[in-house]
Amino acid sequence: MTSTLDFAPRPGAAPLPRMVLAQAGAEMRAMLRNGEQLLLTLIIPVLLLVGFSRAPLISVDGTRVDFVTPGVLALAVMSTAFTGQAIATGFERRYGVLKRLGATPLSRPGLMFAKTTAVLGVEVIQVAVITVVALLMGWSPHGDPLWIALLIVLGTAAFSGLGLLIAGTLRAEATLAAANLVYLVLLGLGGVVFPVATFPEGVRPILELLPITALTNGMRSVLASGGGFPTGPVLVLLVWAVVTLGLAGRTFRWE
Amino acid sequence: MPDAANTRSAGDAASAPAVEVRDLVKRYGRTTAIDGLTLSCARGEVTAILGPNGAGKTSTIEICEGFRRPDGGSVRVLGRDPSDSALKARVGVMLQSGGVPPAMRAGEWLRLMARFHAHPLDPAALLDRLGLSEHARTPYRRLSGGQQQRLSLAGAIVGRPELVFLDEPTAGLDPQARYACWDVVTGLREAGVSVVLTTHYMDEAEKLADQVIIIDHGRVVATGTPATLTGAERQLRFRARPGLNLDELLSALPQGSAAKESPAGHYIIEGQVAPGLLATVTAWCASEGVTTEDLSIERRTLEDVFLELTGRELR
Repeated sequence: MTSTLDFAPRPGAAPLPRMVLAQAGAEMRAMLRNGEQLLLTLIIPVLLLVGFSRAPLISVDGTRVDFVTPGVLALAVMSTAFTGQAIATGFERRYGVLKRLGATPLSRPGLMFAKTTAVLGVEVIQVAVITVVALLMGWSPHGDPLWIALLIVLGTAAFSGLGLLIAGTLRAEATLAAANLVYLVLLGLGGVVFPVATFPEGVRPILELLPITALTNGMRSVLASGGGFPTGPVLVLLVWAVVTLGLAGRTFRWE
Repeated sequence: MPDAANTRSAGDAASAPAVEVRDLVKRYGRTTAIDGLTLSCARGEVTAILGPNGAGKTSTIEICEGFRRPDGGSVRVLGRDPSDSALKARVGVMLQSGGVPPAMRAGEWLRLMARFHAHPLDPAALLDRLGLSEHARTPYRRLSGGQQQRLSLAGAIVGRPELVFLDEPTAGLDPQARYACWDVVTGLREAGVSVVLTTHYMDEAEKLADQVIIIDHGRVVATGTPATLTGAERQLRFRARPGLNLDELLSALPQGSAAKESPAGHYIIEGQVAPGLLATVTAWCASEGVTTEDLSIERRTLEDVFLELTGRELR
């Protein structure tokens, strides 16, 4: 067996797509194997979907499942792109994983591309599971799937920027705490299951500017009422994405 | 002229040393970790960088690996700037610790590293060579320290690099694992790979290295082959009762010899250790009624040289 090893130098980088797919696959497996991550990305969204659709905790126009499902889809995007990614990246930095990857032919843009691919891959699974559960509960979605895809991609960009901004500057433990805290606060304030209309009139304009509210409102305007292009939410998410990704790019520390 | 210089450096890249460092300076705040360090590592050779803790070994190697930027001086790796992305595929890196996601399985990580390269070694065969086959499905965090080190070594060489940097590759390894690691380094050298490693272990440097560079306080204090560093000088060592009259002994020995007692009861005689010396020393001891024990003729070890150069005090 050992005779098959030929140490004679034969260096060369693999083609970029192969490297990106290999890294993305490894990151996806890591996310799906991690119990806490699964709790965050699948179990909590599904429980909220079932619970708030069944129990009469909120009063909305139309059926509760039609109201709750778009919010839960937005929550799923936030949990993977923001919370999960921030925590995972924070610990990767701590354990020297990012440093070690910096010594491989996979470039930093390549690594970021792989991370984005892995996040989008997990989101596809989340959307599929949530959609099946919601349909079983009588969900009747409307609207153009293209707008939904656009909102999910923009939401992913905005939340990834926010997550990487935290993971690239704070210590791993602080990132863990901050990512969970922000997740809970945004879950409560962003209209995921509690309509923003229930908050006092004065704070509503501020809440509308949160990325989670923009994503939730955008999803809801398309899915629940078959609305057209969600201009306002798209603009809000775009600004968040540009600002947070720009800041993260400037401040990210790899070690 | 700039054009000519560029052409020349590109042409020279193939014959440039594996590593060339000139007047390197690195500061952390007010501490100067590297203070005008100059060294060169030849292609196809094993270079061992030896030094006490805090001497600047890791800082030097991490600058060569492109992880840190120097504050002064110049560094060329295979004729290029360490930050040149073209080096990533040609240079293998073993960090002193970490670098692997704790939940990732050993085999999974090595296959991932292999996927980044165009002509990698077979990850399964490499795990086998390093005695890790049984642990291919073990998460990294459940590996012992020695197993983690060996996996990290495997990751440094799986891409079939021209040059590998190994930062303390055998620190904390048990003897079997150390020999497995030495075997790999020897194999790399035979295959024409340049190896630069840092170590605390003198025997490791003596056994593996073509060139030894001893650094201390961020400067090179000695460079040479293990043989030139330890010199042709030999030592005669023996044990006897403490307090022998060394002046008397010396008068019986050839000119230029030196004798010392360190520690009490342990005697070292240095100089021209000619065949007759052993007879002279034992005869003199017999005439004094002294019994000698553990009498041996040894080459000065690298450890002796190292301690002479860097001092004995703890740090």
